[in-house]
Amino acid sequence: MTTNEQLTRIVVVGNGMVGHHFVEQLIQQSEEVYGKSHFHITVLSAEPRLAYDRVHLSEYFSGKTADELSLTSAEHYQQLGVNFQVNARVNDIDKQAKTVAIESGETLSYDKLILATGSFPFVPPIPGNDQPHCLVYRTIEDLEAISASAKVSKVGVVVGGGLLGLEAANALKQAGLKTHVVEFAPQLMAVQVDVSGGRVLKDKIEELGVEVHTQKATQSIETGEHSRYKMVFADGEILETDMILFSAGIRPQDKLAREFGIAIGERGGIVVDDHCLTSDPDIYAIGECALWNNFIFGLVAPGYTMARAAASNIVGGDVAFEGADMSTKLKLMGVEVGSIGDAHAREHGALTYTYEDQVSGVYKKIVVNPETNKLTGSVLVGDTSDYDTLLQYALNEIDLPEFPESLILPSFGEGAPTLGADALPDTATICSCHNVTKGDIVASLDGGACDLAAVKSCTKASTGCGGCAALLKSVTDSELEKRGVEVKKDICEHFAYSRQELFHMVKVGQIKTFDELLEKHGTGLGCEICKPAAASILASIWNDFILEKPHVTLQDTNDTYLANMQKNGTYSVVPRIAGGEITPDKLIVLGQVAKKYNLYTKVTGGQRIDLFGARVEQLPLIWEELIDAGFETGHAYAKSLRTVKSCVGSTWCRYGVQDSVGQAIDIENRYKGLRSPHKLKIGVSGCTRECAEAQSKDIGIIATENGWNLYVCGNGGMKPRHADLFATDLDTETLIKYIDRVLMFYVRTADRLQRTSVWMENMEGGLDYLKDVVINDSLGLAAELEQQMQHVVDSYQCEWKSAISAQESRKRFRQFVNSEKTDSNIIFVEERNQIRPATENEVNNMLGTAKPVAETASTINIVEVE
Amino acid sequence: MSMSENWINVCEPSDLVDNSGVCALIDDVQVAIFKICHGDEQHLYAMSNWDPIGKANVMYRGLVGSVMDEPFVASPLYKQRYKLTSGECVDDESIQIAVYPARIVDQQVQLQIVN
Ligand code: SRM
Ligand SMILES: Cc1cc2nc3c(=O)[nH]c(=O)nc-3n(C[C@H](O)[C@H](O)[C@H](O)COP(=O)(O)OP(=O)(O)OC[C@H]3O[C@@H](n4cnc5c(N)ncnc54)[C@H](O)[C@@H]3O)c2cc1C
Ligand code: SF4
Ligand code: FES
Repeated sequence: MTTNEQLTRIVVVGNGMVGHHFVEQLIQQSEEVYGKSHFHITVLSAEPRLAYDRVHLSEYFSGKTADELSLTSAEHYQQLGVNFQVNARVNDIDKQAKTVAIESGETLSYDKLILATGSFPFVPPIPGNDQPHCLVYRTIEDLEAISASAKVSKVGVVVGGGLLGLEAANALKQAGLKTHVVEFAPQLMAVQVDVSGGRVLKDKIEELGVEVHTQKATQSIETGEHSRYKMVFADGEILETDMILFSAGIRPQDKLAREFGIAIGERGGIVVDDHCLTSDPDIYAIGECALWNNFIFGLVAPGYTMARAAASNIVGGDVAFEGADMSTKLKLMGVEVGSIGDAHAREHGALTYTYEDQVSGVYKKIVVNPETNKLTGSVLVGDTSDYDTLLQYALNEIDLPEFPESLILPSFGEGAPTLGADALPDTATICSCHNVTKGDIVASLDGGACDLAAVKSCTKASTGCGGCAALLKSVTDSELEKRGVEVKKDICEHFAYSRQELFHMVKVGQIKTFDELLEKHGTGLGCEICKPAAASILASIWNDFILEKPHVTLQDTNDTYLANMQKNGTYSVVPRIAGGEITPDKLIVLGQVAKKYNLYTKVTGGQRIDLFGARVEQLPLIWEELIDAGFETGHAYAKSLRTVKSCVGSTWCRYGVQDSVGQAIDIENRYKGLRSPHKLKIGVSGCTRECAEAQSKDIGIIATENGWNLYVCGNGGMKPRHADLFATDLDTETLIKYIDRVLMFYVRTADRLQRTSVWMENMEGGLDYLKDVVINDSLGLAAELEQQMQHVVDSYQCEWKSAISAQESRKRFRQFVNSEKTDSNIIFVEERNQIRPATENEVNNMLGTAKPVAETASTINIVEVE
Repeated sequence: MSMSENWINVCEPSDLVDNSGVCALIDDVQVAIFKICHGDEQHLYAMSNWDPIGKANVMYRGLVGSVMDEPFVASPLYKQRYKLTSGECVDDESIQIAVYPARIVDQQVQLQIVN
């Protein structure tokens, strides 16, 4: 056995997060270099315990124990061969003799000394700041003191409106105190967030019942009249409170360096170089006590990088500390805040895009370079869902899209375009706490890790602040998929199956209802994800009436009421106008019905006519009239075929080579009512000029001299994609056969809410594979797919017709079970000779005076506004 | 008057829809009433019909389900989920919808509306 004398003696002062990370790094790197530990390590902790997770300190208030927060334990250090002492504050360094002394008087020799003393909370020099209920927020002992004080207090004030201050305020609020935040600056979180963001943040936090006082300088803390203390501000105002929590910033704990001749910065902090070496060649400083390039890094990730750099230098490696990204994302009292890079747009020539939604309190800003092709900073308040994507743009200097604002503008339906995991280079940092790149994740998978948990434990990614969890998952999933590993695509917590698997179970198990499916394969009650998905699958396979008892409560709300809900709770009515062809008589009926029920009327982008503003109780009445006139439902509410757009074609157009209108009508009538994973759109053009824009549809058909060219898997919408040419010069019979097969294969195998384009692109083998399945019948499925489609075609029913003839389903179309009155909050105003929903302001103005309640189902509240 | 006497008759049990909602008007208050059936168990929940985010009287038309065994209704407009037991919004802890006690007694659905 080696004796201690032969090993390099390392003394680590401070066992905070960074000091602890250093110990682990040194042992690991030493094993990599020497094959075994080469060091005799002693850790000296001033706190009464070993390292714990300070980042998640606040969870102590939500029930986490000190044990659960700890990062190591006595046993663990013993196993690693690390000596340690707690309650051991170092108060002397002798650089010549290379010894340190602790308060008890004991001295220890070192070969290399690591200062990882962190920082301490700054308490502003206010007279009265040293009273018993004036506290700080840094250690477990501080939290114990806060808990004790909160028990005998009613009001609490946090001094400091930075990141930590707000976290502290949250803790006080949770402890049941009336909470105030007092900030010296004009805004909250001035470091990370700009002025506008700060304003939105303040509004949000005040909405939660925390009072925010900005631009307040506390002058003294005196005895209170109603509460324990009274804070007196420079402007003469006062605030009574029972306790005060100082969170006015941190200061580097550089006392040892100061006293024993190690260089420190002008405003404190132990000066270090890229190897984290101080002015003494055998003394390193890492973490929050270190000053690098005149900068203190108050986050854990840079501290970890410093720990790695120092350990590397000691074992002769070449990891250097080269600064760190200070971007942060957090959730404070349920308010999401994110800050990336040059948040204040201070760099030369920086340009900004901002988006603000005062209604829901969302503020987003991106900062770009003068060429507008690189992202340099961002501020997000109220919604940080774009954070990961934006951070990757910034860190990896990825070229911005042509319209950078698209990254922060809201996109309704499917969320902002995200940067796919595949678009990231191998050098992209995924986890900055543990410096894990995409390349490291790939390497860990190559090395045998086969799921997310394994990647985590092997790379440590996502085990620090946790901010990278979502990104880590998407990179890992995408890499696993590339390796042909099936990534679990459970649709929700109630079913541990993908949509495709559920489809199979329903079909093979002859399952006819959701309850049966849930009982056999699921748990709980179901939810807004699995219910509509199951409803769609059941409809694709069995095609029963969707408002029948076992199915009705599964439908997305639009399907339940067979109409599209609009912003004020009314509905739109969209009858089918197959191919866009309509007789004058039918057009007149639409006009008459619209007039009778006073509906807003508009031609849609899908070549049909939409009647808006129908109340739920009016829907059956309106549809009765429409059905009498020969209309049927347009399925605008369903994930199913919407429209088949046509151009006028050879019948009239001098260039047309086939009857595109006739073909469109036949096709629309064939596939109407087909429930599918997402909506379906088809287009038929009469010649190559393509006036029906068929190539932007899921199924596009373009007439040729000899028949029809078939295109598949295109779409418009958020991410337009041209359809791919699938087969040429088909006769109508073959055309329909191919469409049957493509659509039914899509219905069987796509994920929920996956358009055909994404489905095809995610399919291994892509277009060629699809062609093989459909044209060459490589899976031997063709006959079955066609049969299944024929079943759907044969069992078609107009859902509105079924709905109005069944008493039970008609009952659903009532606003109130106990009254004939109508919803008094649905209020229209007139614009361009039609109705439109009153805006919130207009409604408030009207309701302020009198509350109009319509008496019968047919009256409508229309109020004239100036 | 003691709380227990404040029950108001609203409708008959047959007006309710299993695993879905209906709406009742009580004075000026619109109340969404949900009946959740799971196996042999049945529960009645009532909450304000006003969607505080969508700003429309539509809650009763939302889809019901469970999240971690907590029953919820999802707003039909923007899909935020609200716990049926407390009215708390699962997706935004700062938002809550008023809930009311509900029960079935003597073939009557009854609610207790306390302002
Ligand atoms: C009414 C209409 C706008 C209009 O006044 O013209 C419309 C209205 C809506 N569209 Fe659309 N879209 C309408 C044509 C289109 C078109 C054009 C077309 O069909 O030729 C497109 C692009 C083509 C495409 O889909 O590939 C279109 C792409 C979308 C998308 C984006 C889909 C995508 O894959 O990116 C959504 C969002 C979604 O489905 O998730 C959407 C969603 C919606 C929703 C459902 C939004 C909502 O949740 O309220 C709207 C339903 C309103 C209602 O009550 O009917 N709408 N929408 C059009 C109805 C056509 C019809 O007769 O059925
Ligand atoms: C409530 C809270 C929330 C936070 N949230 C985040 C977050 O979300 N993300 C993030 O990145 N960062 C966060 N931080 C900051 C993060 O915790 C610090 O960056 C990190 O802990 C710094 O580690 P350190 O080891 O340098 O210092 P510390 O963790 O402060 O450890 C220093 C240790 O050295 C000891 N010590 C000091 N002097 C001596 C001496 N003379 N002798 C012996 N021991 C000594 C101290 O007692 C202490 O135990 C948060 C901090 C707090 C308090
Ligand atoms: S109709 Fe379509 S494009 Fe227009 S606002 Fe609605 S979803 Fe957007
Ligand atoms: S970035 Fe902090 S855990 Fe990954």
